[in-house]
Amino acid sequence: MSALIKYIDKPHPVTGVTNSKLGIWCFIASEIMLFGGLFSAYVLLRSGSTTWPHAATVLNVPLATLNTLILITSSVTMVMAWASSALRDYNKFRMYLGLTVLLALAFLVIKGIEYGHKFEHHHFPKESIFFAIYFTMTGLHGLHVLGGIVVNSYFLLFGKRMWDEHPEQFTGRIEAAGLYWHFVDLVWIFLFPLLYLV
Amino acid sequence: MEHGAEAIKKQVRVYIAVFAALGTLTVVTVAVSYLHLPFHQALAVALFVATIKGSLVAAYFMHLVSEKKIIYAILILTVVFTLFLFYLPLWTVGSGLVAHVS
Repeated sequence: MSALIKYIDKPHPVTGVTNSKLGIWCFIASEIMLFGGLFSAYVLLRSGSTTWPHAATVLNVPLATLNTLILITSSVTMVMAWASSALRDYNKFRMYLGLTVLLALAFLVIKGIEYGHKFEHHHFPKESIFFAIYFTMTGLHGLHVLGGIVVNSYFLLFGKRMWDEHPEQFTGRIEAAGLYWHFVDLVWIFLFPLLYLV
Repeated sequence: MEHGAEAIKKQVRVYIAVFAALGTLTVVTVAVSYLHLPFHQALAVALFVATIKGSLVAAYFMHLVSEKKIIYAILILTVVFTLFLFYLPLWTVGSGLVAHVS
């Protein structure tokens, strides 16, 4: 016996949106609360700390700036992947989604290099409140980037069948994956200045 | 959100414009950080620019400019709870309930 999930490619008559979109927005709402808690912890720890290092002296601002530009670009390629999917252009869709995955991988590689430099200089989470919150927030964000890579790679490698058989459902899935990816970008937009620039 | 081919092609032009704005604002944020403003001013500028960038991403890439009411309702509720999360530590610090840490 199988249960059929309704309204995954047609708007629900009550909510006006597809169940898929409602679901992903509820998930993003929970993610806002998750990161909100961490940002709140940052405020508490920074307000309560007697000393706080000047970020530019202990963190690599140029690398983080490059990562910011990479993530912004990946957000554009993601939304272009959705637009290409809605316009039924498979080659462009694959190109943009592939670029999104590559840019996300580049972000993680640069983040790995940055972490490597920190470990070389014996900067670990246990060293100070600053490094504890830095590794916690950037680490959790990095895990979200990894999640986005997994999801987008799945659509890139195994999405053709659904593209052919259920195009509207497929475009809805890409929209949901895109909403998640833009949220990951949004978190970094606030993390970057708070951790690296002030 | 409109899904017609022409509507989507128009949106693509908006995405490119938003991309340019995000790139420019990122450069502005980093440039301002090199001015070495006092902490509270630096924080205010950084958060102001980040809020503009975040709003652009949410409004256009996440299509919130043309979203249904139920999505706004979910987000308003989330923002209220998130602001409470921010208020709580600030209140505890302000009231002296939290000792200084290092």
